[in-house]
Amino acid sequence: MRFPPGTRVRAHPGDPDHHTRLPRYLRGHVGEVIAAGQEWPLPDDVACGIAPPRVETVYAVRFTAAELWGAGDHTVTADLWECYLEGTG
Amino acid sequence: MTADAAHEDLPVAARVRRLEERVIAAGLASDSELDAVLARFYANASPSNGARIVARAWADSGFRDRLLADGSAAAAELGFGPQVSGYELRVVANTPERHNVIVCTLCSCYPVSLLGPSPSWYKSLAYRSRTVREPRAVLAGFGLTLPETTQISVWDSTAETRYLVLPMRPDNTRDLTEEALAGLVTRDGLIGMAAA
Repeated sequence: MRFPPGTRVRAHPGDPDHHTRLPRYLRGHVGEVIAAGQEWPLPDDVACGIAPPRVETVYAVRFTAAELWGAGDHTVTADLWECYLEGTG
Repeated sequence: MTADAAHEDLPVAARVRRLEERVIAAGLASDSELDAVLARFYANASPSNGARIVARAWADSGFRDRLLADGSAAAAELGFGPQVSGYELRVVANTPERHNVIVCTLCSCYPVSLLGPSPSWYKSLAYRSRTVREPRAVLAGFGLTLPETTQISVWDSTAETRYLVLPMRPDNTRDLTEEALAGLVTRDGLIGMAAA
């Protein structure tokens, strides 16, 4: 597990030219890992026909509305494959 | 006009039919195989399944703890193992301080086997885009106005986790049986768009 709960992570800012499950509205934003979930095949590889696909830990990452939208008091938590994330340190 | 007839006329229905024709023409699957997959997907899929899980959690605090720690394992305890296979079930509990809302911004991921077929609004672009941005306003549109002091947690089902909201047990239900408690749970409550 590369990012234990409590780690601050940044979602990759890039815009890949293939299928991905990293939503655009999260790209480049910083959130906090609240849980490390199970390992699942990377949908980007599956969609590109890469066999076998990479299998990675999926993290629940919580973003504040202020971080995402510049306003608001709610949070948004998304499930993100490990390669969608980078450390902020 | 029935809901089914209306659905047949939607552009998305035409798109699905074209896609099915291409898949069958390419020899990837037969018509009957596709029907069998859909039949399995929808077999016994009903919000009464989610309601049973919630009622048990309201009635049994030990089960509630196990449900929040590992939703898939706890659902299997009630015989829903086959229904929750193929994904990780995460159950998120409403409290006076925190209200949970489920969305899938990328498509319409949703625990169909526990909630029944998803409502059309859940799949709408408006719900998917507004819920992550202004959930309080979306909730108000559904008739649920939360106190300002209640934090809203939105869960975007972007991967292989499926979410179920555990609503707060309504007041004055101490004497109700588990079956009667299940009758208080609504599909919208399990998505976080209603109080229970």
